[in-house]
Amino acid sequence: MAKPDSITISIRKQAWLQLKEKLIEQFFFVHGLLAVIVLIGIFSLLFIEGFPALREIGLKEFFLSKHWDPTSFERESYGLLSMLVSTLMVTLGAMLIAVPVGIGTAAYIAEVANPKVREVVKPVIEILAGIPSVVVGFLGIIVMGPLLAKLFGTSNGLNAVNGSILLAVMSLPTIVSISEDAIISVPQDFKNASLALGATRWQTLIHVTLPAAMSGVVASVMLGMGRAIGETMTVLMATGNAPAIPGSFLDSIRTMTATIAIELGETVQGSIHYRSLFVIAFVLFIMTFLVNLVSDLVLEKYQKVNR
Amino acid sequence: MKIPWKKVQEKIGFMIIRLATVLVVLILAYILYDIFKKGLPVINWEFITAKPRKGMTEGGIWPAIVGTFWVSIVTVIFSVPIGMFAAIYLNEYANKCRIVRIIRLAIRNLSGVPSIVYGLFGFALFTLSLNMGLSVISSGLTLGLLTLPWTVTASEEALKTVPMSYREGALALGATKWQTIRTNVLPYAVPGMLTGTILGLARAAGETAPILFTGVAFFWPILPKFPTVLFQQFMALPYHLFIMSTQHHEIVKVRPIAYGTALVLIVLIVAMNGLAVWIRYRLRKKYKRA
Repeated sequence: MAKPDSITISIRKQAWLQLKEKLIEQFFFVHGLLAVIVLIGIFSLLFIEGFPALREIGLKEFFLSKHWDPTSFERESYGLLSMLVSTLMVTLGAMLIAVPVGIGTAAYIAEVANPKVREVVKPVIEILAGIPSVVVGFLGIIVMGPLLAKLFGTSNGLNAVNGSILLAVMSLPTIVSISEDAIISVPQDFKNASLALGATRWQTLIHVTLPAAMSGVVASVMLGMGRAIGETMTVLMATGNAPAIPGSFLDSIRTMTATIAIELGETVQGSIHYRSLFVIAFVLFIMTFLVNLVSDLVLEKYQKVNR
Repeated sequence: MKIPWKKVQEKIGFMIIRLATVLVVLILAYILYDIFKKGLPVINWEFITAKPRKGMTEGGIWPAIVGTFWVSIVTVIFSVPIGMFAAIYLNEYANKCRIVRIIRLAIRNLSGVPSIVYGLFGFALFTLSLNMGLSVISSGLTLGLLTLPWTVTASEEALKTVPMSYREGALALGATKWQTIRTNVLPYAVPGMLTGTILGLARAAGETAPILFTGVAFFWPILPKFPTVLFQQFMALPYHLFIMSTQHHEIVKVRPIAYGTALVLIVLIVAMNGLAVWIRYRLRKKYKRA
């Protein structure tokens, strides 16, 4: 057999190189795809584990009954409603605090503060984001609890107010940093036009800059809300965990996340109780998914507008 | 001269948002102040290096530190390569087709999934289905999944900072795509990726909910050697703080230990954050010069 000449060798080498390049690209692609696989995996696993319980309990009882008492001797009841209300209530409370404070802070560091102040505040926000939820919960028990008890004259301060305040602290960094990004990326021309018409910097901020940054701000609030809905340790530690529909913000409450954390360890694998906790997780997953999706759509719109 | 109303309005408005900022700073200051003031007196050599004694009312937190360390190692080994590879695909290879948009959507949504849901998922998948039991491995992998979206995002940010001209230079000389990435992109992006990784790791080290069902133990002072340790239950700093402040039978008596644990945890996390910020700062300076 004749020796392959140099041209053939070079063609073969070229082909091998191309194949190698394709393989490497595929290798990276598979890893990119993993995110999708994990997301679908979580969704289907929660669904598969939870669905038999939902069939047994019935959709109507699960979503409309107020009673959650899976270990009752007479009749076990699986009603999500009280936890759902608790979760929504504590989230609402958190947002009432975190939205004005967060947006105010974002506006201040983006538009008003001098660079030196910004250099201090930005790391503060980052460190605050890094404080573990269990530490925040711990201070909720030890500092915020007694304070609230004294303030409102209740026996202890482990209630929805406490949870709301702590969740506000947990979601503030998200709201501040994303809102600030949105406010900073409003084109200077918009502000200049407003200032040139004689508006003050405050009027410009309220009537021009914030409305222009609105979609980013809304997205930040949605993300902060998602974080509050899914937060576990702080509410588990600081809200008292009474499984009933709360009458007021001073009642002890028990959120969906806390219920999973408390009860999973006590359940028998494969029992309805065990599976019902997966249904709760499934509902949580859907809630946060929707919140994220909305913020995503809002952000996408905002990026298009600004281009 | 009368000051116009809109000037007054501006003053008041700025004052209000300045107060909001001060409030945020004060919140962090108070958290750190309280933890340091009550935690610092507890900290000594014994507290760091001893095992808990007498029903965890005395002694130290060494097993919890070791447990957190090993879980973090597993988390990094699992999440960092995958995150980097995914980021390389998204930033270097992907064009704007539908599958890429779906991947990005999935990543953003994964970062919003509640940590307790990750815990449940990890429990059902790693602990039960894959038979890893209650172990460091199960918990580390669960935290690895949790941190995955952060490592992807951080790695992508790092890749984006590498100027396009670096790539074009290599491509113009006839290098293939992979050669370009390997020689002209990755070396400049790796420090940035490191920053993101450390930040993600710091957050993972403080998480409690995902390890709750996958391996963390109330009291597990046994500290075996390297491979064995991965397949056993463990203690962890955040969980130790949780039980010391809610589950212990003598809560008031062990409060100083809880404060000490909180302090160690916070110092660990703030130190990691500081390290990441320092690397980023060094990096920015380097790029400015270049």
